[in-house]
Amino acid sequence: MSLALWVPIVGLFTLALLFALFSVTAARFTGPHRYNRAKLDAYECGIEPTPQPIGGGRFPVKFYLTAMLFIVFDIEIIFLYPWAVSFNALGLFGFVEMLLFIGTVFVAYAYVWRRGGLDWD
Amino acid sequence: MTSADILLLALGAVAIGAAFRVVRTSHLVRAGLWLVVTLGAVAGVYLVLAAELVAWVQVLLYVGAVVVLLLFAVMLTRAPIGASADLDRPGWAGALVGGGAALGLGALFVDGYRWQKVGLPAPGTAEALGAQLFQHWVLPFEVLSVLLLAALVGAIVVSRPET
Repeated sequence: MSLALWVPIVGLFTLALLFALFSVTAARFTGPHRYNRAKLDAYECGIEPTPQPIGGGRFPVKFYLTAMLFIVFDIEIIFLYPWAVSFNALGLFGFVEMLLFIGTVFVAYAYVWRRGGLDWD
Repeated sequence: MTSADILLLALGAVAIGAAFRVVRTSHLVRAGLWLVVTLGAVAGVYLVLAAELVAWVQVLLYVGAVVVLLLFAVMLTRAPIGASADLDRPGWAGALVGGGAALGLGALFVDGYRWQKVGLPAPGTAEALGAQLFQHWVLPFEVLSVLLLAALVGAIVVSRPET
């Protein structure tokens, strides 16, 4: 049972949770509460929030492609990790296997590139 | 009861409670965020069962990527971010199917093991999983790359009309 190995991580999570709870509670009791319109604005990295059309407005579909690209390469990287860890035991077979895998995903990447999927406008 | 049992029970309760919120809330964005809690608790269950790599894959892929994609899908299709008043389809059919499937699977599982004690298998480290995956499951792994290819081509076809 390797559960004991995770005790420090659980401790870290608990500490983080306690710190967050403490900060929020302390701010409620110690901070001044003065109304300011800017405080209630949506936070957009310090830039003035863009006015939204009535009804909220939909996001451009380009975001979907970004999310799909992220998922596909996330999956690829996750498979690379156990492969790299057991690379020595796998030998040439494992190497060729991974080359084929990366090659196929690279075809997808090249297709996205050629179709202009990497350009924002 | 060992500490692992208690952890499993607590994580299971969190997962089920959050899953209930996912299907009951009328805010689609909040449903997506409750899904983070459910999937995170399931990752914790994996961790308690010593499946380390699967647990982190769960966090990276499901909590990190799938939920983001779901939230993007909400942003792309449902313009008003807020309560959706039109989510009024009666829930009994879904409750019946979901509850029936859970009960049936649970009964099968309990019947399969009865009161036998089953020892935990060796920890699912990255090394153990890599050896299994790249030696015994080569074909599914390579087919997966074709699936990823199809997913990306599909995304391009859907989101970029022919110019």
